[in-house]
Parts: sequence; structure tokens; C-alpha cells
Amino acid sequence: MKLADVAEAITSRFGGGVTGRAEFRGELTLSLQPESLHQVCEFCRDELDFDFLLDISSIDHFEHEPRYEIVYELYSLENGLHLRLKTTATEDHPEVRTVCDLWPTANWHEREAWDMMGLRFAGHPDLRRIIMWEGYPYHPLRKDFPLEGKFSDVPDVAFTEPAPLAGGPFVTAPVDGTTEVREPRARRAGDLPPAQTFIAEP
Amino acid sequence: MSDRNPYAYDSKIEGNIIFTQLDTAINWMRSNSLWPMPMGLACCAIELMAAGAARFDIARFGAEVMRFSPRQSDVMIVAGTVTYKMALAVKRIYEQMADPKWVIAMGACASSGGMYRSYAVLQGIDHLIPVDVYVSGCPPRPEALLDGLMRLQKKIMGEHSFLEQKKELLASL
Repeated sequence: MKLADVAEAITSRFGGGVTGRAEFRGELTLSLQPESLHQVCEFCRDELDFDFLLDISSIDHFEHEPRYEIVYELYSLENGLHLRLKTTATEDHPEVRTVCDLWPTANWHEREAWDMMGLRFAGHPDLRRIIMWEGYPYHPLRKDFPLEGKFSDVPDVAFTEPAPLAGGPFVTAPVDGTTEVREPRARRAGDLPPAQTFIAEP
Repeated sequence: MSDRNPYAYDSKIEGNIIFTQLDTAINWMRSNSLWPMPMGLACCAIELMAAGAARFDIARFGAEVMRFSPRQSDVMIVAGTVTYKMALAVKRIYEQMADPKWVIAMGACASSGGMYRSYAVLQGIDHLIPVDVYVSGCPPRPEALLDGLMRLQKKIMGEHSFLEQKKELLASL
């Protein structure tokens, strides 16, 4: 079986559920309606031998609807094929159906997406935070969450305070040069110093 | 007895007897048997391990007894990035250490948050517990940690714990 066969099998079975198809450098990406995601995943696992869920990630298209995009990376150990499925969730209702019942590994991936991006997964058996602590009120990877963070306090568990950003995010400069030129400093776009070549002092 | 060398010893005069102040003797013992609590939280801990290994040999300064129990430790070496999730645990372990106790903030992250100016990282362990010595570097080399340890020893040699207790006692009478 080849990737073209996979695309053909899915589109012929779920014609209306597939809203987009992209191929880039030999990788196949299918965009799906949120309603048909679980059925397509089940089909991929049972009929197309995609037995391994590599990863679940999410994207925040801030100020565009649908705001969230959820990306599933599937792999078939049997056929050596990689398939990427994408679906969407709106700002008002950031929820999709869980795939925990298909691949148990989805449990922690979905918890991470809930923790960092605030996406709910209907039917998830244990949707707790996984990186931040229970009671932390924000979802830090959302675009409207500031890099420096916000005040929060869960007594006896953890607290947070905004970090002093001094006018810009602290980033390294991707140029040649001494440590002084490259080291993390408060920089904005366009602030980067011109490329310098390091010449050792005699 | 000069200030420069408070536990001077002249074998011609003193034989097997040393005259000194109690504070000086206590400080001498404390500073040369600092048992570290290795609070290894990130890559600085690797350099901390190197400082303990044969090439740098922290045992030369009497600090080789890494205690993984705060009850038996004298100096907490905070080696690495203190996230907010870990911060109260670090504070709790510090509070479990018996007095007298000292803290070395090893590396940029423990001292100031380092390169992590973000929502997840405490901007310096001195927001929560008192720090005696800051060691710069990202991560610091083992020599830098040893230098920090020697500075802490120097600091301990200048303490007057017994003298303070005596003053408190006299004031209470």
C-alpha cells in the first residue's frame, strides 16, 4: 500500500468529511470535518494499518475562525507510511472527540493539548493538566497569553508572577559573533545586530 | 592572633595546644565540613557532578558528602532552572534543613531566571530563600562552583554565632 492508495481509500469512503488534501515533500496531509475525525481515525487504524499515533499537536490561529487546528500524526509500522490528519475547533467551542479509545497513547497527548492550548477532548477518561498544576487558570501557549505570564496563586501548590521583559522577549541573536553579541537580551524584530565575524584578539 | 589568620599555630611556642576563640574554632569546623544538599534541577547539576568527581574533587574542600536528605545538609546548592512548579518544593526542602544552613545559587537560572524570561520560571531563587553566594555562568564550570564554595567558607569564617548568643544571653538576664 502506498500513500496515494491511503488518500484514495479515505476520500472515497468519507467524501464530504475530507475538506482538503495537501502533499509536500512526499508527506500527505488530509484536512477533516471535526465530526468525521473519529470515524476516519478508526478507519485508518483498522482498515489501513495505521497502528501508531506519533503525536497530537495544535495551532492557535488567533483572530481567525476556526481558531484552533489540531494535528494528528499517524504512522503505519506495517507499511512504513506517515499520514497527517488535521481538524479544527472554534473559539467558542474548543472541543473535539477524543481518540483515546483508538490509541491509548493519545491520553497524554490530549492532556497536553488541554493544558497548553485549552482544547477539550470529549470522552477523554482523565482530562487533567499534565505540565502545569491543577488550578493554574491559564493556557500558556494561546496567542493571547503574554510571554511574561500572569499572576496566579494556588496556596501550597504553586504561584506565578510576570517576568520582567524589559521591553522585548529575551532571545539570542542568530549571527556570528562573540557571546556578548549573541547572548539572550531583550530584543524586538529588527533589533538584531548585523552579522559579525569573530576574530580572536591577539 | 591576627585577623588574617585567626587560627594561627606556632609549634615552637604552643606544642600540642592551640589557643583560639570558640567562634573561630566553630567556624573552622563548619566551613571545612560543608555537606551539600544537591538541588540539581537542570544542566548545572551535570557540572555539580563534575565538581564532585575525581578531576575537580570537591572533597579537597570538605564538601564531598552529598546528602540527599535535607536533615543532614549544611549548604543547599541550587543547580539549575527553578520552575514555578518546583519552587515551593525547593523552599520546603530548604526549611527542612537544620540550622546553620547556607545556600549557593549556581548558574544564571538559579540566580536570576537566566535565559528563561517566561511564564514558567521563577526569576531567581532569592525570591523565596536567602542566598549566600551566587555563581555566574551558563552553566558555570566546576572551578567556578569551587570558587563559590571557597567564598562561602570565607564568609562562614567571619560569622560570630557564639558571640551573638552570648549577647542575647546577657540581654535576657
